[in-house]
Amino acid sequence: MNEAILMSASADNIDFMIHGLYSFELFGQEVWITTSHVCIAIVMMVLVIFSIIANRKLAHATEVPDTFQNVLELMVEKLSGIVEGNMGSHAPKFTNYICTIFVFILVSNISGLFGLRPPTADYGTTFALGIITFALIHITKWRNQSFKQIWTDMCSPLPPWFPLWLPINLISEIAVPISLSLRLFANVLSGTVMMALVYGLLAKIAYVWPAVLHVYFDLFSGAIQTYVFCMLTMTYITQSYGDEE
Amino acid sequence: MNITGEDLILACSAIGAGLAVIAGIGPGIGQGIAAGYGASAVGRNPGAQGKIMSTMLLGQAVAETTGLYGLLVAMLLLFVKPLVG
Repeated sequence: MNEAILMSASADNIDFMIHGLYSFELFGQEVWITTSHVCIAIVMMVLVIFSIIANRKLAHATEVPDTFQNVLELMVEKLSGIVEGNMGSHAPKFTNYICTIFVFILVSNISGLFGLRPPTADYGTTFALGIITFALIHITKWRNQSFKQIWTDMCSPLPPWFPLWLPINLISEIAVPISLSLRLFANVLSGTVMMALVYGLLAKIAYVWPAVLHVYFDLFSGAIQTYVFCMLTMTYITQSYGDEE
Repeated sequence: MNITGEDLILACSAIGAGLAVIAGIGPGIGQGIAAGYGASAVGRNPGAQGKIMSTMLLGQAVAETTGLYGLLVAMLLLFVKPLVG
């Protein structure tokens, strides 16, 4: 029954769980292909096709942009504006990554509107994103600060020769990816559960008005959480540069 | 009617889930305070509305995390049933 976290079936017509579709053995471990994988594949496919079309379009861009080119330019300008505003002089290195996860998380969160189970409502997906951010933070940190600086930072409220505070600072470092990913996961999951409850329990009268809930849970909440995830990622990365300038 | 050990655990899990969601009080108060200060900031400086808005939403979303941890604990108790052997 408990194949993985939140992978079991529940009451009759309330369905917000991840379902296993296909399982195989890998190094003696049972690995499941679940609905999240399928939904991620669909989201990726949409994004890849959109990117290919956009690339074709921009290959022969015109001086006076038409509608589609206008939309593309607007998107790119807005996104890189956000990155520029938050990271300042470090922006060019990270613009690609931040914009990519922004678009991916946004489309994943919104995919609940199109009848998919949002891939970000699976802790596997968000934890992977959190781990990437964690790796980026620490790679940037070790490249740009000396060991002495990092050590002083780690013992921070006390002087560096007295590392009493070191364990607590280490725990707060490890908490970064966990809290980042849990925030996104729990927000999207709560929206998914809410919509499943409305459609499962009020199926007889669920006409038209759930659209309002969709706007709140999928569009508003999804967009806010995407923004927050990218914002925090940028803030942490900028912090890990230290204060050398 | 016989109450087995598993039934007892399930019933207590449901009570625990209810108690865990009380965690929502804290973020509610916190978000309200943030929104109040945001409103007064806009009243003082209407030109900076966009910036105040995005800062407020970011702070609120971060404050929401503790409430969501309560929600997660409730979900785990109700649907994953970690205490049932």
